[in-house]
Amino acid sequence: MTTTVDVEEEAPVDTGADWRRLSPRMLAVHPVMELRRLIFPLIAVLIGVQSGDGDAGWWALGIGGIGIALGFLRYFTTSYRITPIHVQLRRGLFRRRTLTVPRDRIRTVDVTSNVLHRVFGLARVTVGTGQTDKKNHGVKLDGLAAGAAENLHRELLHRSPAAEEDVQPETVLAALRPAWIRYGPFTLSGLVAIGVLFGLGSRLVNESHVDLTEIGPVHDSMDYLADRPLPVAILLVAAAVIVFTAVASTGGYILSFWNFRLSRHESGTLHVRRGLLTTRSTTIEERRLRGVELSEPLLLRAVRGARVIAIATGLRVGRGAERGGSILLPPAPRAVAVDVAATVIGEAEPLTMALTTHGPRASLRRLTRAVTVSTVLVLVVLAFVLLASAPWWAFWTALVMLPLSMLLARDRSAALGHALAEDWLVSRHGSLVRRRYVLRTDAVIGWNLTTSVFQRRVGLTTLVATTAGGRQSYAIPDVDDAEALRVARAAVPGLLHQFLVD
Amino acid sequence: MTADTARLRPPAHRVSPRALWYWTVKAAVLWIVLLVPQVIWWFADSDGASLPHVIVGVVWLLLAAVHMVVMPQWRYRVHRWEATDTAVYTQTGWLNQERRIAPISRVQTVDSERGPIEQLFKLANVTVTTASAAGPLKIDGLAAADADQLVTDLTTRVGRTTGDAT
Repeated sequence: MTTTVDVEEEAPVDTGADWRRLSPRMLAVHPVMELRRLIFPLIAVLIGVQSGDGDAGWWALGIGGIGIALGFLRYFTTSYRITPIHVQLRRGLFRRRTLTVPRDRIRTVDVTSNVLHRVFGLARVTVGTGQTDKKNHGVKLDGLAAGAAENLHRELLHRSPAAEEDVQPETVLAALRPAWIRYGPFTLSGLVAIGVLFGLGSRLVNESHVDLTEIGPVHDSMDYLADRPLPVAILLVAAAVIVFTAVASTGGYILSFWNFRLSRHESGTLHVRRGLLTTRSTTIEERRLRGVELSEPLLLRAVRGARVIAIATGLRVGRGAERGGSILLPPAPRAVAVDVAATVIGEAEPLTMALTTHGPRASLRRLTRAVTVSTVLVLVVLAFVLLASAPWWAFWTALVMLPLSMLLARDRSAALGHALAEDWLVSRHGSLVRRRYVLRTDAVIGWNLTTSVFQRRVGLTTLVATTAGGRQSYAIPDVDDAEALRVARAAVPGLLHQFLVD
Repeated sequence: MTADTARLRPPAHRVSPRALWYWTVKAAVLWIVLLVPQVIWWFADSDGASLPHVIVGVVWLLLAAVHMVVMPQWRYRVHRWEATDTAVYTQTGWLNQERRIAPISRVQTVDSERGPIEQLFKLANVTVTTASAAGPLKIDGLAAADADQLVTDLTTRVGRTTGDAT
């Protein structure tokens, strides 16, 4: 938990440690970072000056100038210190605040350097305390000298003075092999890149009032497509998107995971280091580790790949860049993933053991859902054909959804399964992303048993284990009522017995 | 072994019967809010035929009536709670039902809250949270005095446990 204390009210926590400052080199970095945000207004101004309409751009530039000035000030107003029990961060110009984090609440320490940081030999240190991470309240030190950041990192997590360098033995559990890059195209991260490019492009077009169709290559390719029959044009566009996605995904894989290395320190921490341009190094305390998640997105599963994500308190499973904090292994061969996950939790059985399937009733529910949804969609398309005179081929194409959804339902049924190993609760579900959760049973801090009307009719329950880490809750969907009870009782003894009747 | 035949029984206590009114009023508020777009639509297209408006209005009335009569009764039969020395157990919902069980040793906070509608019926709700964002146990529609008693009891029991409950 992070407690924010105003300076004047602050009780003397402890004294003795010196206040330290960020690296003066960040004075050079911050303005450039602010400038990056100004690229669009800048372009708008340049183009606007020509067309005589650049007011908005000038405004943005003015505001950006103030931002740069504030960036400079931040250096002079920010200081931090590490005492034996606390980490304190002092910041703010008009409103001086002191952020005090007890050191035993620190769950993760993240060291990130982007290209600019690396040019100046700097790094950003983020101290994660779990709960408040989302609100951006954590201690963030942007712009420490790389060496200082590394020392701080060691100091905070290994609880040893910075002087004892490299005495901690570490075991490398996994390191990126160049051959793994072949899994890059199957991660679909490139779709995000397409989205971002599209967003940037449309913003540029908007702010600069350029008519895209007047640009030579765009104009030519649109003409070319217009000359083809519609199905051919669709295929061509699809092919272009697929090729671009594959290339972008591979690029993304290399950018994110180059030099990836997962290691374990004697002091009881896991250490992940990765990144080509922006390097990122995350440390997770093993006593905060509650389990692992083996995730296999459909495409990756097709080529026998998988990735591993940590379930740890203080690490929420986020999206995009946030998720980076909990990744233990990038997309890699499934066998390697299973191996790494097993090494991390110290036991192989939960990852390899056969799972109890959920039977025909659960499968039927998957099928009913798939058929209902796709039938409704097909009927909607049919309505468009009949009422809004959409072409008939749209309806025939829509019919493809029926068999596809049934295949999906079948795959989803096949994925369903759960098991209880010695100290581990295992659950697997999902088709588009199949996930196998391995959660320590003593990390389960409550049970939710949900039943819908339909589930009650066939005697099925969705058993949800709640926990303090990762996704916060892990479900075993559509399991037989009695089996749900058996699992819940066996995993957390001495809790449910008082609520039972024969 | 009884493990195969044992079933989870519902929690011991019902909520206050006044909760029936609380749920009815809450549903009424929802349906009145849903009336707003209909009225706007009626004004926006005043020159059109009135038949579509009548149809939508009748559907609204039927759904609202059924929901306001059936839902509170159903909920009252489902909503139950129990707090023992070692666990808190709740049952909520109507169409979709949920049972939540949390050990006292993992409880982090116990909150009691009275919204405006709840105050109208001298009710209160109690929320018991654990370290998981997915696990709060909420007991709606408790008589205010019962809620205070429950909070006191739980706070005492939670105070006896140690550890950081994660």
